[in-house]
Amino acid sequence: MILLAAINWHSVFFLLFALLAVGFAVAVAATSNIVRMAFYLTLCLGATAGLFFLAGAEFVGSMQLLIYVGGTLVLLIFGVMLTAQARFISMKTSGGEWVLAAIVGVSLLALLLQADYSVASWNEPRTDFASLSLADSKTSTPIGLALTGVRVDQLEEPNEQLRRGMSGYLFPFVIISMHLLVVLIGAAYMARTKRVGRTLMESR
Amino acid sequence: VAQFFNQILHRFFTSVGPDFWLGYCLAAAVHIGLLLNVVAVGALVFIWMERKIAGRIQDRLGPTRVGGKFGWLQTLADGIKLIAKEDITPKDADPLLFKLAPYVSFAASFTAYLALPFANGWVAQEVNVAVFFIVAVLGLEVFGVILAGYASGSKWSLFGGMREAAQVVSYEVPIGLCIVVPVMIVGSMNLVTIGEAQAGLFTNWLIFHDPFTFLVFFVYFTCAVASVNRAPFDLAEAESELVAGFHTEYSGLRWSFFFMAEYGSMFLVSGLAAILFFGGWNGPIPIFRVLGWAYEQGVTGWTVTGYIAQLAGLLNFLLKTVLFVTVMMWVRWTLPRLRIDQVMTTCLKYCVPLAAICFVGAMVWKLNGWWSIQDYAPQTFGRMFADVREEWVLREGSGFRVQGSDARGQESAGGSQEAALGTQYPVLSTQYSEIVVPSYVGISGATNHGPSLDCATPESSVDVSPQETTR
Repeated sequence: MILLAAINWHSVFFLLFALLAVGFAVAVAATSNIVRMAFYLTLCLGATAGLFFLAGAEFVGSMQLLIYVGGTLVLLIFGVMLTAQARFISMKTSGGEWVLAAIVGVSLLALLLQADYSVASWNEPRTDFASLSLADSKTSTPIGLALTGVRVDQLEEPNEQLRRGMSGYLFPFVIISMHLLVVLIGAAYMARTKRVGRTLMESR
Repeated sequence: VAQFFNQILHRFFTSVGPDFWLGYCLAAAVHIGLLLNVVAVGALVFIWMERKIAGRIQDRLGPTRVGGKFGWLQTLADGIKLIAKEDITPKDADPLLFKLAPYVSFAASFTAYLALPFANGWVAQEVNVAVFFIVAVLGLEVFGVILAGYASGSKWSLFGGMREAAQVVSYEVPIGLCIVVPVMIVGSMNLVTIGEAQAGLFTNWLIFHDPFTFLVFFVYFTCAVASVNRAPFDLAEAESELVAGFHTEYSGLRWSFFFMAEYGSMFLVSGLAAILFFGGWNGPIPIFRVLGWAYEQGVTGWTVTGYIAQLAGLLNFLLKTVLFVTVMMWVRWTLPRLRIDQVMTTCLKYCVPLAAICFVGAMVWKLNGWWSIQDYAPQTFGRMFADVREEWVLREGSGFRVQGSDARGQESAGGSQEAALGTQYPVLSTQYSEIVVPSYVGISGATNHGPSLDCATPESSVDVSPQETTR
């Protein structure tokens, strides 16, 4: 009983979700069936969303579910559509591809590790747990306010010169939304039926 | 009573809460058990209801014998039959995905219940972005269907799965646009807050807020029916064309998991409609609020009368939700199935533009503060949006509280939300003014009273016409 109570359950769940994410990531690389690959990728990304929820970042976790897991859905659909004729098609990986993938993967890992160890405060475990407070359901309000122009987290900035630049992300937000609107209209334009050509043909 | 229970709990478990593992596990088990009952037993009841309603609509009686007078144990008998059936995996199937697909569907449908409140504060996990979470998780249910369609190794299943994919991906757009409208009016994505903002007379329900919200509810309901794959949008199973669509090859209990997921999702989108547009647990007439039994927001502590009021709220919510589920069944047994191109036309040519127009219209309506039926109803029972939102802002913003302004923030009970923001974050209101004023030159910090070129002084920026923003 006391032993169970002494366990840091937060770490246990972190390990659980992290292992799930890593395990399914390995499964993605190891499987040769493209639909199973997409399915494992879904589970891997879902486990990452679990990590976000564990950290109290509910908005980011939901975003992860909606965008990444939902985006994989489309990948899955394409997987089904492209492989449905030759059923359960296997994608054999050649030796050269393994070497290339290993080089890219190891170099990325080295880069990330180097970046991680360069932060001094991450190198040793924290001892001041009492003074820490978990982010607790307060995550979406500052994000929304920051997108509309107010960085709540920076309001207590004592330096007034610095406070000037804290007016949020309204401008990038608007630019991104305009960009997406243009993309949407462009996609609709390209996908529509080309009536002009047909009328020309008919007029002849 | 509560003290007595607390003493017992205290004696055996020393403390109940996240700090203590057993209490935490017990609380989690109770929540999960209750929700599982809602999904599983709810599905039993709804399948029986569907049969009775289908029977009556088709001038039949429906089930009459099993379990007595109304055949109300028919589903249980079916369940026993399903358990006894052989569990078949076709030769051509992908065995792993074929076996997993029903659970994926059910898990997605069940997970969304995590954030669905059943009464004021009665929710398994009060998620700050509950609406968003539910929409995100509900979209994953289609995974199971597509996997089932692919893994069955049957052309009927594959057709069904692909149709479902096209349909759900399309209908996520209008449903998202519809859900944004109530979120925008209340100013919160927390479902408890949205429900509580509609407390009082039925005139406070968001569907009666303005003509656009009235319209957008019907768009939402249409899209909800489509997104949970119910007739007339049930192209994924389309018995008359595709044998049984994506679950052609399934048998036994695995097959029934798809149905539990379907009925679970039906209940969920109906509950979402009840909370977003019909006040959730707040009735047409606030009896318990008039009696003074209902919990006031911010008051902690347990009372018997408050508990009764909560139970009545739960009943109220369930009634509304079941009503919407019944309407879905009514629609199913009345309308013929659409063709796939008609489904797409309904979504892209009617639902999306309508939802977009309603979104813009509701926004303009709210910004201008045009009339609402709420203005003409007696206000004694209900509470203004601003009050509920203010409490929410105080609660949510407490993590970013500016030192020394606590006392003022607590006292401004009847003021507007803008004023609450002003007292809560003295700097915040001036930051707003900096953005509103196009040519801001100086820094109008709260402490900066020196001569500056700024045209909006901190004093003028705080009272940005609080009367206008009260609503």
